[in-house]
Amino acid sequence: MASFETPAIGEYPVIPLLRADAMAHSKPFVAKPEHQKPLGFPGELVPDWERVAVTRLGELVSQSRALQVFLDSCVKCGACTDKCHYYLGTADPKNMPVARQDLLRSVYRRYYTFAGKHFPKLVGARDMTKDVLDDWYSYFHQCSQCRRCAVYCPYGIDTAEISMAARDIMDSVGLGQKYSNEIIGKVHSIGNNLGLPGPALRNTLDGLEEDVKEATGVDVKFPLDVKGAEVLLITPSADFFAEPHVDGLIGYAKVFHAAGISWTLSSHASEAANFSLFIGNHDNLQKVAERIREAALDLGVKRIVVGECGHAWRVAYSFWNTLIGPFDFLDARHPAPQHICEVTYDLIRRGALSFDKSANDDKVVTFHDSCNVARGSRMGDVPGGQFLIPREIIRACVNKFVDMAPETIGETTFCCGGGGGLLTDDLVELRVKGALPRMQALQQVVEEHGVNYMAAICAICKSQFAKVLPYYKHPMDMIGSVHGLVSNAIVLGPKQ
Amino acid sequence: MSALTVLYALLFYAAAATLVVGVAWKCWVYARTPQPLKIPIPPAPTTRRGVALRMLLEVTLFKSLFRSNKWIWLFGWMFHVALLAVLLRHLRYFTEPVWAWVALIQPLGLYAGFAMLAALLGLWARRFLVDRVRYISSPSDHLMLALLAAIAASGLAMKYLAHTDIVALKAFFLGLMAFHWHELPADPALLVHLALVATLMIVFPVSKLLHAPGVFFSPSLNQVDDARERRHTAGWSARGG
Repeated sequence: MASFETPAIGEYPVIPLLRADAMAHSKPFVAKPEHQKPLGFPGELVPDWERVAVTRLGELVSQSRALQVFLDSCVKCGACTDKCHYYLGTADPKNMPVARQDLLRSVYRRYYTFAGKHFPKLVGARDMTKDVLDDWYSYFHQCSQCRRCAVYCPYGIDTAEISMAARDIMDSVGLGQKYSNEIIGKVHSIGNNLGLPGPALRNTLDGLEEDVKEATGVDVKFPLDVKGAEVLLITPSADFFAEPHVDGLIGYAKVFHAAGISWTLSSHASEAANFSLFIGNHDNLQKVAERIREAALDLGVKRIVVGECGHAWRVAYSFWNTLIGPFDFLDARHPAPQHICEVTYDLIRRGALSFDKSANDDKVVTFHDSCNVARGSRMGDVPGGQFLIPREIIRACVNKFVDMAPETIGETTFCCGGGGGLLTDDLVELRVKGALPRMQALQQVVEEHGVNYMAAICAICKSQFAKVLPYYKHPMDMIGSVHGLVSNAIVLGPKQ
Repeated sequence: MSALTVLYALLFYAAAATLVVGVAWKCWVYARTPQPLKIPIPPAPTTRRGVALRMLLEVTLFKSLFRSNKWIWLFGWMFHVALLAVLLRHLRYFTEPVWAWVALIQPLGLYAGFAMLAALLGLWARRFLVDRVRYISSPSDHLMLALLAAIAASGLAMKYLAHTDIVALKAFFLGLMAFHWHELPADPALLVHLALVATLMIVFPVSKLLHAPGVFFSPSLNQVDDARERRHTAGWSARGG
């Protein structure tokens, strides 16, 4: 791992001048055959990969109106060029969304458009060569698929769709990314990203029950595989053991306990994450999602609730109904999967929970909107509910809350820098640099308001910040779960 | 009938056919291609009516672009509005009698010609002056601006420098539309102007000008945010599961 410098945080954000190839060396580890095969991909680069890649590109475009329109419509206006956190943090021109798209668009034009076939130089069309493939591998693994650029594009061109397609094409020729593909393999074979088998999970949950009993004196249960429970909780497996994630899980359990809602986890579907989204592969996306339906039917639950996980909530909110619906077997009052924040917020509004906010008085809290929640989903029944609801929960649990600068939150939130399958140690330089815009906004509220705690509702964000905060001279435990705050403040036992 | 007239008559038939058939073909491809998943981008409306309003604001006011970059918005919006005014002004060459409102906006169309040229030069300047935009510009991006600027300049030249016989010109176009040809005046500025316009019409369906129909088909803009309420399936997502 080459050494690198953490970007300096200036007085105000700046748009850097281009530094060509500044991140050309950044490439994640390549998947080995044993990571590729279980996902249905060739183990290594296939002999006639150029042809296979171009054919796959054509298939993908013909199956997706988004790709078809996005590849044709870009006018190179430049509106997106300063919107990507990876560009702002690295100054590498290929990290400008339009330039990243062009890595693939240039090949599409060469093989699938009149202008590119006959006048390649004129329209910047390129043959599918090893250099192009290397560029793809490097720069399509410098996109966290956060969709911030798409908010600013006059045509809604979504780089995430293009980066997912590029990764799918690379997988189809045998050039996969180890981190994502190994994890998807674990979900297929064991049931979760961490490779935690059922008995180990039960053990962990027993441990949590003891911890909570010790801390509160209350018997809060962490049920697993309980048939007939009302709620099936699908949560990222990071929640089962790592700080600060586990505080969130404890928070969900306390909420269910306080509200008297019976719930269960499933060892068959002990993972909310679906990294197949990141690699853009439909078959794996479907297969991983299918476990949720199977578990819900097997356990006979009435509701499905999803824990704090950004991309999982995008998949659950936006894709589950398509992939594994209809959910006609659920309770008619909760006919669709809900976010844990929706559950908690609803209980708060109905006065079913009571809080002692002073339990969080050591904290001045801000909230990081996770990209997939902010731009890939919604909560509640009004537009923007995904921004309102987590903040309302935080306000119910803490006395001191401030937001970061408006252009860095809400639908224009900056990605944490580790999303989209990039949360791996072989990409640490990218992750640290990509966190710059968020760190800049955080620094401002730290200085102006004494913020010492950033809450989030995404396992990737939490892990990413725990890693990169120290690079920016903040303590790693400054990042936490929204339901960690709930856990601190919630009053268990009979309502006062 | 001069060879020049025949040449330009055929050129315009070919250009019009290419434009109409090409764009219709592309629209058909967009419409026929399934969008298997829901991918609306916020602020995503939760109703069809909301989506219609969103699309209206995008294509009339360039709302996202305004939020994104004020310079690009200023030049881009100015260019498109001016182009619209100029195109409407040109209706007088294709209608007899000229519609009253077209007669009314003639002066406006003139100012718009200058605004259009200024906006194009502004957009073009960005391609040289802003390093990020310089990086993403292909030769075709410069050529497209050159083509549009040359069309505007040659048009203004005929108004202010070298007048052409617009009565004969109108007869030529009305004749084209009625398949009853009339002579085209052989003024250099007019011939250049018309050749460039025909070129623009021909490259439209094979260039980035496809953003014009494309924006209406963009799933991130035209989808309703109702994934949980309505089960959406299309293409591979309709076959699986």
